[in-house]
Amino acid sequence: MEYFLELFLGGTTRGSIYALIALGYTMVYGIIQLINFAHGEIYMIGAFVALIVAGVCTIYGLSGVSILILAGVIAVIYASAYGYTLEKIAYRPLRGAPRLSPLISAIGMSIFLQNYVLLAQTSDFLPFPRLIPEFAFMEPVAHIIGSPELVILVTTFITMILLTLLIKKTKVGKAMRATQQDMSMARLVGVNVDRIISLTFVIGSALAAIGGVLVASYIGQVNFYIGFLAGVKAFTAAVLGGIGSIPGAVLGGLVLGWAESFAAGYISSDYEDVFTFGLLVLILILRPSGILGKARKQKV
Amino acid sequence: MLQDFKKSILVSIWFVFLTFPLMVVRVNTMDQVVIWRWMNLVWVAIGSFILSYLWRYMLSRKQARTKVAEEGGDTRTKLQLLLEDMNFRYKAMGVILVLILIFPLVFDTYQSTIMISALIYVVLGLGLNISVGLAGLLDLGYVAFFGVGAYTYALLNHHFDLGFWITLPIGGVLGCLLGVVLGFPILRLRGDYLAIVTLGFGMIFKVVMENWDALSFGPSGIANIDRPSFFGMDLSLANSTIYIYYIMIAMVIFTILITNRLKNSRIGRAWIALREDEIACVAMGIDMAKTKLSAYALGAFWAGMVGVLFASKTTFINPASFTFMESAIILSIVVLGGMGSILGVILGAFILILLPEYMRAFSEYRMLAFGAAMVLMMIFRPQGIISNLRQTYEYKGTKEKTDNG
Repeated sequence: MEYFLELFLGGTTRGSIYALIALGYTMVYGIIQLINFAHGEIYMIGAFVALIVAGVCTIYGLSGVSILILAGVIAVIYASAYGYTLEKIAYRPLRGAPRLSPLISAIGMSIFLQNYVLLAQTSDFLPFPRLIPEFAFMEPVAHIIGSPELVILVTTFITMILLTLLIKKTKVGKAMRATQQDMSMARLVGVNVDRIISLTFVIGSALAAIGGVLVASYIGQVNFYIGFLAGVKAFTAAVLGGIGSIPGAVLGGLVLGWAESFAAGYISSDYEDVFTFGLLVLILILRPSGILGKARKQKV
Repeated sequence: MLQDFKKSILVSIWFVFLTFPLMVVRVNTMDQVVIWRWMNLVWVAIGSFILSYLWRYMLSRKQARTKVAEEGGDTRTKLQLLLEDMNFRYKAMGVILVLILIFPLVFDTYQSTIMISALIYVVLGLGLNISVGLAGLLDLGYVAFFGVGAYTYALLNHHFDLGFWITLPIGGVLGCLLGVVLGFPILRLRGDYLAIVTLGFGMIFKVVMENWDALSFGPSGIANIDRPSFFGMDLSLANSTIYIYYIMIAMVIFTILITNRLKNSRIGRAWIALREDEIACVAMGIDMAKTKLSAYALGAFWAGMVGVLFASKTTFINPASFTFMESAIILSIVVLGGMGSILGVILGAFILILLPEYMRAFSEYRMLAFGAAMVLMMIFRPQGIISNLRQTYEYKGTKEKTDNG
């Protein structure tokens, strides 16, 4: 039972990270129907920037939680800036082009960013400092759930609530929902669609960066390639929950996290990625609209 | 003018900000030192300033082109007109054929080996061109079929001592079968889902090959695979390279002939129709699943065949040869060359494979350049280097007849 609980909590931690990244996919897809392949790379850049900031800070003598917060904030700023620029360069000129064009552009951008980080930094795995402190009150349950897991869960939870509030309660959120429903109609009623799309990329990238910082400090290492697999898995989570749906992305992330954790724990950890993709294919065959998504009829 | 300048300055500052942590700072946690590479910043500033001017110029040119096209003007370039000239075509083909045939006799084994790998990518590009270029099915796991072919030969050769020529069709057919089995459930999906599922499939292939030791010998791979034998004779390395070169040439010509015929056949037209507009195509009575599946399976067939040849050429394979990067390279060949255009894909393969081979100094920038090229091509020249010309029919009859009639 304890093993089960451990796997469950491990899966929840993992799943909440997937959910953070999946939100970026789902929001972008909801608005411009594009799989932003480079999203995983934004997550990787977030983690890398955090690593660099943390490294510099440690060497210049800062310590503890202040580094975590500083690194996190700068990572989020940079990831957002990258997300914004990405949209402007690679996707905006292709609006209205055949569907395949932005998709190929996105793949190109993903390869470009990976190799940019590879060349600008290194191809080695870099050790990420353990920024999350061990809390004393976690001592009794430390064998099941550690402090880093707790921090990840709490941060994810708070981020999700903030995002939901932003989308449901603010004017910007309303504009985003309007753009998602009907872009040309939203434009007619005075929504600056271009700015909303940019904003979507910025928010999605910020969420990915938060995920990146959390994962990096949890796993303890960073490399230019981490974004690729994480991106594909997060996309799976987004599809699982129903792409375009925000609660769907969260649910999909959690389900995927649990599935992976249990499969690795009870069956075999070698084939972990195979389970993920198997799940993806299964869902796409059985229920392409996902758990919470609505099946949309295509109209001509 | 001044406004342009201001804009470019702003772009330049933005990129300096953007690239600052990754390009300038480098932390060495082992020795506890930070390396500041300020010179990089200068390069980024100058580079982005110039590129922003170039970007604007290219965009304005593209707009001018689309304007001409909208007004019904002739947008064909001189090169395209030249290529349409049948007389020129035959002459050019003759010259190229002669050059290709004498190539291994003039150059040494090393050059031939490089040529062989370029030719392998030509066939892979043409195969992928069927599904991506003609049918519009973005396949990101194409390398898996290539791997299936390679493993088919390696395993059959290792366990049963089967020769190259017997395995060649087997590899192709197995690739094709796998394409059908995999394609069947996923082809109902829309294009972008298909991309990600095929990507996942490509990764599954690699993971399975790495871990299923009993079948594939795991990450250490399979060594000592036989080279193709020449009527039972074992050839020396140099001769065998030349032999493989000619096999490859034959295969490329075979592929070109088949894809060219396919392109203008009933099914080829169905593929193109499907790519252009799925709903309209289905409404015209084309069986969507069958059409997509045939494109997918035929693409896989070539990959399987070339895989066999690849294994026999390198005599050693392991899962590391079949990563996503390979799929990405093949895809960029198709994209860069021109989706759907046979000549374009061939040219794309030569440029993308030979250029980094001969410019070793820049080879680490290869993938960076490929990625950037994919984005830039999509924005400025989505039809590729040599665009695919639709076959058009012109009424060649005389005017008087139409007047009388």
